[in-house]
Amino acid sequence: MRILSNWIREYVPGIAVSDRELADDLTLRGIAVEGVFDLGAHGSLFEMDITTNRVDAMNHYGIAREAATIYGLPLKAVDASLPPARTGARPYPVRIEEPKLCGRFTARVLRDVRIAPSTGIVAERFRLLEQKPIANAVDATNYVTLAMGHPTHAFDLDKVEGGIVVRRARKGEKLKTLDGVERTLDPDDLVVADEKKALALAGVIGGWDTMITPETKNVLVEAAWFDPGTVRRASKRHLVHTDASHRFERGADFNAPPVANALVSRIILESGGWIEGDLVDVVAPEAEARTAKRASIGFRVSEVQRILGPTDDEQGITAAAAESILTGLGCDLSSASDGQAVTLPSWRLDLEREIDLIEEIARVYGYNRFRNTLPPFAGSVVELPWAEKEAAVRGTLLALGFTEAISSSFCGAEDAALFAREPGSAVAIGNPLSEEAGMLRPSLVPGMLEMLALNLSRDVDDAALFELGTAFSGSPENGYARVEERPALAVGATGQALGSGDVDFSDMKGAMEALLGRFAARSVYFDRFPAASGLMPAWLHPGRSARAAVDGATVAWFGQLHPAEAERRKLKQTVWVGEVWLDRLYKQDPRQPAVRELSRFQAVRRDFSVLLPERVTYAALSSAVDALAIPEIQGYAAKEVLRGGRQIPEGQYSLLLGVVFQSHERTLREEEVQQWSREVVGALEGMGGKLRG
Amino acid sequence: MQDDGIPALKGWSEAELDAAFAALRSELEKDDVFVALRGSPKSSEEIEEFRLRWLGRKQGRLKAISDAWLKAAPADAKKPLGQRFNTLKALIEARLESAAGSGMAAIALDAEAIDITLPGRRRKLGAEHPLIRTQHEIVGIFQRMGYSVGVGPEVETDYYNFESLNFPPGHPARDTQDTLVVAGQERKPLRERLLMRTHTSPVQIRTMERQAPPVRIVIPGKVHRNDAADATHSPIFHQVEGLCVDVGITFADLKGTLDHAMKELFGSSVRTRFFPSFFPFTEPSADVQISCPFCGGAGCRKCKQSGWIELLGCGMVDPAVFGFVQQKQPGYDPEKISGFAFGMGVDRIAMMKYGIGEIGLLYSGDLRFLEQFA
Ligand SMILES: [Zn+2]
Repeated sequence: MRILSNWIREYVPGIAVSDRELADDLTLRGIAVEGVFDLGAHGSLFEMDITTNRVDAMNHYGIAREAATIYGLPLKAVDASLPPARTGARPYPVRIEEPKLCGRFTARVLRDVRIAPSTGIVAERFRLLEQKPIANAVDATNYVTLAMGHPTHAFDLDKVEGGIVVRRARKGEKLKTLDGVERTLDPDDLVVADEKKALALAGVIGGWDTMITPETKNVLVEAAWFDPGTVRRASKRHLVHTDASHRFERGADFNAPPVANALVSRIILESGGWIEGDLVDVVAPEAEARTAKRASIGFRVSEVQRILGPTDDEQGITAAAAESILTGLGCDLSSASDGQAVTLPSWRLDLEREIDLIEEIARVYGYNRFRNTLPPFAGSVVELPWAEKEAAVRGTLLALGFTEAISSSFCGAEDAALFAREPGSAVAIGNPLSEEAGMLRPSLVPGMLEMLALNLSRDVDDAALFELGTAFSGSPENGYARVEERPALAVGATGQALGSGDVDFSDMKGAMEALLGRFAARSVYFDRFPAASGLMPAWLHPGRSARAAVDGATVAWFGQLHPAEAERRKLKQTVWVGEVWLDRLYKQDPRQPAVRELSRFQAVRRDFSVLLPERVTYAALSSAVDALAIPEIQGYAAKEVLRGGRQIPEGQYSLLLGVVFQSHERTLREEEVQQWSREVVGALEGMGGKLRG
Repeated sequence: MQDDGIPALKGWSEAELDAAFAALRSELEKDDVFVALRGSPKSSEEIEEFRLRWLGRKQGRLKAISDAWLKAAPADAKKPLGQRFNTLKALIEARLESAAGSGMAAIALDAEAIDITLPGRRRKLGAEHPLIRTQHEIVGIFQRMGYSVGVGPEVETDYYNFESLNFPPGHPARDTQDTLVVAGQERKPLRERLLMRTHTSPVQIRTMERQAPPVRIVIPGKVHRNDAADATHSPIFHQVEGLCVDVGITFADLKGTLDHAMKELFGSSVRTRFFPSFFPFTEPSADVQISCPFCGGAGCRKCKQSGWIELLGCGMVDPAVFGFVQQKQPGYDPEKISGFAFGMGVDRIAMMKYGIGEIGLLYSGDLRFLEQFA
């Protein structure tokens, strides 16, 4: 919205400061001037940003009132004087059928007017404000809106058939509006009509048939007050947002219509014409009681101090200062049993409660004149129950070389179906930004794949990422009665992101082991299911992926992305992904380090090179070694696994198992170690293994 | 001199032996390496060659000569001959040793020098996301001021996202928050309809409903709006909100708290100023600007030459909000307690701190961008 400083000064003649200072003073009081443009002899143009609650300040007179209050200066009344009317005619018939929706309607008949381009101050101010002039009768209504913020309308009286009726639209009733659109109305729409037809969508937009044209001779000037909710619903229903609807839906001044009507009439009459009869002013008393005559509210200066606190000025906000601010804004104060009773101005429907008055006082007094204090506090600080766990997960992945990323909370329907934890549990968005963002993500994996794909498409061939976020699920019956939110983790890696070789299953499993190792679970194991079982997620390569279970419950799936899925996403290289169900993992306590005693005696290392049949897994072999239950076996590991090549027969593989023997009580004797070694060999042979020379 | 390079001995008398050894000594003195070992550096290969040339067990010159001479020597000449060889050998060894003991080691090690200007073999560090990093920083500041962390659901009901925060149904203030809604909600009562929360403020209500005053919480989280993406707008963004409720909390406390927090976040020279604003759930409401931490207020590109940057929204909790909370926690009597709330955009602060030009980068997973935070 644009404002002319000279127009403000016309209403408050005493302003002593420069336009720039005026702009700063208004801004500090919440009447934000975003830009000041020099207009030379015409003063300045202010580009305003008025908050939605201050519709009263969305015009020159409203801002002038703020300036008058700030500087303690008198505000001139709007000159609404008119030449005398020719009497004798019957008052123009106006009937309000819906007094709840139209609280006030004023009508004035002007005859023998001359429709012409605007001249004088109207033309000049329109030019300065870069507002397009149309014709005097139309410009007059717009000028009055600029001046005092109240929307009005001028009808071509000769197109109006009979008296004015303000009523609900009839179902299916048609109205061609000023924008040339033929609209079908709804019974919830309020219309200004004549005896035969709707003339205008009340408070929103005028009708085509009764608009002012160069041929117009006689004019009916309307200034009314419409119910904010009704205007808002009509504006939304018909997708037409006008300056008038913007103002009415925020609450216009109930007492403005007679003044606005007079101002419009005066401007039109400047080009010729005369007034027929007195102003018709129909008032709905209930609406008036809710607005202009609403009950006074109580106000206590003590509350000002309790809510706002100390100011730089030792005195603080005195009763006199508070009263002067409220009076300046149009309130009337009188003493009451508990403090004061404040009668509220008709143009400030946003003022309803004592706190509203306290805000006005703080605002006009100046926010920056309050001190900066720190409140005392004797409570304790509580961390989120999972903060430590989340920190462990994040810290582990960062240390392993995964970079944290954040992706969209949404995904497309295809991905939602593929990645949902339970079939059909994905949640749809009613008004999505796009089709690809039509669903709430049931998993963080689709986002991870998208981010890996983006990196690959930008020649970042080595990428290791993780994302911590929320996965959503629900059931569409009964309109998603509940949407479940679960903390989830996705990890993804490709290329040589985690070392000098290409990322492989072991890298991913190692990362999972490190991650799960941060929790105090009794058991962690990894397994997989045959492709045909249907137990593996469809997005994973069934032969190169695994499930991780903690204390028997599935907490993660990870492995190579299914080749078909990689193909569909046009990924140019192998991608490894995993998903961790943190809602389950977080049921575990974080692992507390517990130090085991270090042996003072020397460890003995023995390596066993063995050929094993392909079907023997490391897990099976490991159980066989564990079954020996030799307490002096301090640890063992596969140091090397070889497949193929001349040395290794078909259907077998070679394993180098390194075993460490150590005791906490004594130095081991050679015979003992030999005995245990024989037992280890026995276990390996029991698995079908053959010791290599 | 003989063909095999073994000097001939004139006789076995002491004098003749001395003359022969003097000749050998002078031959040694002419050896470049022997001379150099006193001062200028020689490579370890050259030194080793020198050692082998004189002391080598197979081809060493001393060995060859002593073998030849001792073989020919009469029995009584063997001892003086042996003594003189030992003296000469000791001389060479001493020279070699002294070189090794001082400059020699450095000389030898220098010869093993490598090009240290080659870049290191660097293991990639994982980088924390700039939004998480910024969020932790902000949350940490308030934790040190006695605030506990609160969180809440990203899918909210209309009641918690709007109504209980004093956005009545059909109120124009709702227009400022384009909302993404969950499908299929039409048949539910308005207040039960599910939507993507447009701010983290619902957690204020949820916390107060659970906990009687006093309350101090800081609420980080992800929020969503039905906003077309551009350089500074994203349908997803992050907020940190705070809430402080107790007996006697004032607007001055709100000012002091945020002034302190901004100094912690941007440096102690930063100043704050407060402007009236409007939020349905606070009254009085304010926008907060900080003096530009980049130019100190003189004006620069980051502050659009104004010297100030708008960073926060805040205000005193509206009594109507306490009214909604009182339905479950009667302790929130607006006649007795008061409080303030504030909120800030994590994305905006991160973008400002790190000079990020496009908000979309934060949600792209683009490693070329993210790696810079390692
Ligand atoms: Zn700056």
